[in-house]
Order: sequence, then C-alpha cells, then structure tokens
Amino acid sequence: MSDLAQPPYRIHAPLKVIDGFGRSVRAACRYLEPRGVQDVALALKQAQSEGLTVAFRGAGRSYGDASINRGGVVIDATKLNRLLDWNPSTGVLEAEAGLTIEGLWRRTIEDGYWPTVVPGTMRPTLGGCVAMNIHGKNNFRVGPFGDHVLELDLVTPGGELLTLSRAQNSELFHAVIGGLGMLGAVTRVKLKLKKVESGNLRVESISGRNLDEMFDAFEQRLSHADYLVGWVDCFARGRGIGRGQVHSAHYLHQGEDPNVETSFHVERQGLPGSIMGVPKSELWRAMRLFSPQPLWRLVNKLKYHSSWREHGKSYLQSHVAFAFLLDYVPNWRLAYGPEGFIQYQVFVPHATARQTLKDVLSLCHQAKMPSYLGVLKRHRPDPFLLTHALDGWSLAMDFPVTAKNRNKLWALTERMTDRVLDAGGKFYFAKDSVLRPGDVERAYGRERLDRFMAFKQQLDPTGMLTSDLWERALAPLAPRPQGFAALSAGRAAE
Amino acid sequence: MKAKLSKVVVVGASSGMGEAMARQLAAAGADVAIVARRGSELERLAAERPGKLRPYVHDVTNVDEVPELFERIERELGGIDGLIYAAGVMPKIEESEYAFEKDRAMVSVNLLGAMAWMNQAAARFEAARAGTILGISSIAGERGRRGNPAYCTTKAALTTYLESLRNRCARYGVNVVTIKPGFVDTAMTRGMKGLFWLISAEKAAKRSLALARKGKSAAAFVPSRWALVAFIVRSLPSFIFRKLNF
Repeated sequence: MSDLAQPPYRIHAPLKVIDGFGRSVRAACRYLEPRGVQDVALALKQAQSEGLTVAFRGAGRSYGDASINRGGVVIDATKLNRLLDWNPSTGVLEAEAGLTIEGLWRRTIEDGYWPTVVPGTMRPTLGGCVAMNIHGKNNFRVGPFGDHVLELDLVTPGGELLTLSRAQNSELFHAVIGGLGMLGAVTRVKLKLKKVESGNLRVESISGRNLDEMFDAFEQRLSHADYLVGWVDCFARGRGIGRGQVHSAHYLHQGEDPNVETSFHVERQGLPGSIMGVPKSELWRAMRLFSPQPLWRLVNKLKYHSSWREHGKSYLQSHVAFAFLLDYVPNWRLAYGPEGFIQYQVFVPHATARQTLKDVLSLCHQAKMPSYLGVLKRHRPDPFLLTHALDGWSLAMDFPVTAKNRNKLWALTERMTDRVLDAGGKFYFAKDSVLRPGDVERAYGRERLDRFMAFKQQLDPTGMLTSDLWERALAPLAPRPQGFAALSAGRAAE
Repeated sequence: MKAKLSKVVVVGASSGMGEAMARQLAAAGADVAIVARRGSELERLAAERPGKLRPYVHDVTNVDEVPELFERIERELGGIDGLIYAAGVMPKIEESEYAFEKDRAMVSVNLLGAMAWMNQAAARFEAARAGTILGISSIAGERGRRGNPAYCTTKAALTTYLESLRNRCARYGVNVVTIKPGFVDTAMTRGMKGLFWLISAEKAAKRSLALARKGKSAAAFVPSRWALVAFIVRSLPSFIFRKLNF
C-alpha cells in the first residue's frame, strides 16, 4: 500500500516546516514521501491536476532554498533508496535516487571501490548529487559528480520515463545533471566507482602564511595530487590575508599500505567518536558557546598556528575521515544559533583568482563580517549546461545570520557578488541563498540559460516543478514567466 | 516582544466574542478576514468598515475547505499574522438526554474546526518565526460537569491542544494564547440561569486582545477572578464534585 497522502493533496497532504541546511530560510510546504518510483509518477500527475507546484528534496543538504517550495508540494525522495545492482568486477553501481553517499560507500568499500566524487558530507542522496552536480576536493582532477554518472532515469512532469546517458538523449543528460530538479524526477542513477588499492589515503599538510602561499601549495601539487583542499582563516588580514592550511591527498599504490587488508573494513572507515573528550553528538552545544565573533576569531587563530605542527608531515587517513569533515560533528548546523547561517561559495577564473579572492576577503573585513570558516578548492570546466565549475578556484565561506546582521550580510554578499561577476566568476546553487536573477544571468550567460529554459518549456510546459531557489533566482529569467507565476500556488494573485 | 495583529483571521466572527474582537481589531487599523457560516451576519458586520472587515462565508464543520480558504485569505490580505478561533456551539442538553448528534456537532465546531485552522496557521507562523494564534476555550474545560459532557470535553481538549501548540511553537516565536472566559453575555449564554460575574462580549474581547498583543504565549481566565474559581473547582475531590449541581 502506498504511504502517499490521499488526494487531493491541497487538502490532505500534511504541512511541514522545511528548512535549508543553513537554517536561515524555511517555509511551510505540503510534504509527500513516496516509497516507490510508481508513487513519484502518481504524485506528479496528481499535483499537476490540482495545479500545485512541486519541488524535490533529498537529504536536505543544500544550504539555501533549493529544496523548499513555499505553499507547494515537496517530494522527499529519501525512501527511494534501494541499491539495484552492484558489480564489483566493473565498479558499476545502480541505485534509486534516494540512496545516500553513505549507503553507497558502506556497500562498496570492502570490494575496494570508493565513489570517485563525494561532497564534504556523506549524507546527500544520489538524486541530490545529480541535481546539484556536486563536486569534491578532487574537482580539478576528476570533474564533478556528473562526470561519473553513466546513465539515469528521469520521470518527466508529463509522466514519461526517459533514460538518459552520453549516448542516449545526451543533451538532456547534460542539462538534467546540475539541473536543480527542474526538468523531472531522477529516479535511478548508474554510476562508475573508483577502484582503490587501500582504504586509506596518504595525506600531507602544508601551512600557508597568506593566500599566495596557499595558492603556491596547490599549484605545486596540481599535477600529481588526487585531492587538494585548503582551509582559510578568514579573520586574518593585511599581510596574512588568506592564510591557512592545505591538505593534499594521494591514493595509495599496491604495497604502500602495510595494513591494506583491514583498511577496507567498514569499521576502519569510522569517524572519531569524541573530539577533545566531548561526545561528538553534543559537540554542537559547546560550539554554540563560540557564537560571539571574537571567540571564532580565536578558534581560527589557534587552528592556524597549531597547523604548523603538522606542516610538511604526512600520514595515512581513511577515505571517510578525509572526505567527510562535515560529519565529524553531528548537527553542527545548530551551532550557529537560532537564525542559522548562510554558506556562500564563489568561483573565479584562474588568471585573476588571487586578486579577486583577496578582494572578496577584504570586503568581508570592511563590513566587519569575516567568514567563520573558509574553504579553498581548485576546479576545472565540465560539459554540463548549468555547471558552476570553471578553470579556476573557489572559496566557500560560512556567515552566521542573526536578526540584527541579516540586512548587512545580504548587502555584503551583493558587493562580493559584483566583484566576482566583474572577474567573470560563478556561483553554486547548492550553497546559494542570496543571488538575484540579474546575477545568475551574468554568471551563466543568456545562451546557456536559454538552452536550459527551452528544455524546461519542453518537459515542464506548465512550470509545475519549482523551488524557492528557482522562484528567487531563475524563474524571472524564463522567456514566459507568466506560465510559472500562474501555477505558483499561494504566490500568484487571483 | 509585542505581537503584531495587523492581518488577522477571525473564525466565528458573526457573533459573540469573535464579532467583538473582529470589530476592535479593525478599529485598531488591522485588516480582518471575518469567517462565519451566516453570510447575512457577516455582511452586516463587514458593512461597518468596508475594506477593513472582509467577509468569508465558511462552515467550520467543512474542514476540507480550510486549506484553500486559508490560502485565499493569505493572498487577499497580503499575508496573515494572526488567527483567532472563536467558533463554538453549546446546544442545550436536557437532564437525562443523551444526544450523539449534539455531541458530534460540538466536537466538529469547537475542536476539529479549531485544529483545521490552527494547523494551517501554526505551520506558516513557525516558518515565519512570528504570528499569533488565539483560541477561545472556556472555564468549562477545567472539570467534567454533569450539565454538558461533550461541551466540557471539547473545551478541555481545546485547552490542552492550545497548550501543546504553545509548547511546540513558542520556541519559534509563535504567540499562542488560550482564553478561558467565564460567563460572557452572548447568544450562547442568553436565557441561562444562575449566571454571575457576567461580562459583555466587548469587554471580554478587549481583555483577550490585550493579552494577545503582549506577545507572551499564555493561558488566561477572563476576567481573571475566574482563576480562583477554577482553582477551587479543580481542587474538589470527585466524590464531592459529583454531588454539586454546578
């Protein structure tokens, strides 16, 4: 029996307050939790007939409003999480879209396979990873998640089931990956995994006294490292602006790991149970005490100085411990206080990246709102229509939101956005809460947006699929916005 | 923080405390959606302040209408920051009468209707981290009196429901207020014997709104001296309480 609410959804679907991962945006939505692919098609059909809009939601790890749909329906796909096929001789896995990265690696690591691209947390679903075309610390080397997807199934708003791959519906394949769930429901993903010779990585730590030294550390290792990620102390200014610590990691070759057999065991891939003696499940409470800015400044400073103890040293670390830093502290998103935080990630072309990122950090200082956490990564272009990647660098920043600073913070992001756009930069929708349609148009270009909107018009002519992100930043760029507006329940005037 | 009551839905606005509150809110400048079953009564009230008091005909027992009507009001008022649920019925139950249809009507109007409306409001107010939900319960919910079992039950249930809602939503900045009036001079009490401390609907409405505007989620007796009565009534052991004709 189906667990879906009885139609009509307008009456019977339960309301649920859903937030973005950063907790700074939320809305009451009608909530559906299908248990099977059939239910997804049914739900879409029913919503269409009631004139309700629909957004898809996986694990809800997008920081902003990408999986929120004020007044409309949100289809939570996390129960569609069956692993359909796993072939350890080829490394090809097929699963429903609600399977998480965690569910995936737990099944494959003991066979010697690791997902080629993972985000900083293992919680996201495959559907979410496809919709956002997420990237990892190895984006410069292996591209985004989509580059490793072989095939996927899409249920369109019209109820049609399409199979997409590089050979079949190739153009649509490249639009759906990174397509924000706006072209249909991804229900099945076929993925190629990476064969690894050990459950561990060789990790090296390099500290940098400023942004230039950080960039140098990356560039010296770009040709041979498998992963590169930089932590930036965004409080540092003047000559130390952009200082931090780079972690570079390599896959191990045969014979390099003395404990290779046991390294693959799932239990060897765990995260630490406590950090500095505090049980990690409660650590967010302790972190919350740090909410005043001077304490975060101190924490960043201490982290930076203690990083020098590891400078130049290398050690073995499990894939999980290296990849999923964000999962070290459960519920860390609560640490920022009741109004939450925004994450804001800028992507800038290589040629002018050093200066642009210095300027971005300086803008934060001028506004007296340095980011509490900064992460630097290197990227490469990819063939996906709405890709956020480019040949360049990204800096992701966390900013706490309070009732008092909200307007000032949004104004700061506008200044940073302008600076990044002037440099030819881009942004990442999974992290976005602030972009305006004009910013998106400048970042992505009219031509790409038109191509995407043409797919949208073709597959979803009534504009049923939406999200608060889409309504805020992209829908106004559609050639026929009246079609969307007419269907956006609760938004349009009668 | 003081609660804003600028765009308010009053359910059960055609008479009694609901009508008085709607009138007072509109006089204070609020846009008020007045909701009730009897269209003619609504038109009469709406005519007092055209544009400020907006009539919506709705029978609260038709709970399936609520989601759409709530959205419609939200659109037409340009948002909602307060919901007042004042609909209530108390059919007379004769001595030795056991009438399920009357009981069912009380559960539908006094309780289920309240839940249908408050669910809509609570979800939106929690998301907005603001908003006021005010429910008119009754001192009758303090004890199970012999005179009208279902009425006491629905009011006890409404009091508990509002308390739960308060405990659930106050942490998100939602102001949930339970008003427990004593005897109020309305159509509901007209002709009843043995009434005391009777106050006008206008006065009861004024005190209720004053409490709601404070923005401190609370439950209160109106007028407050009924708190003493409630305390005594709750303290009486059951074997004494059942001997009273109260």
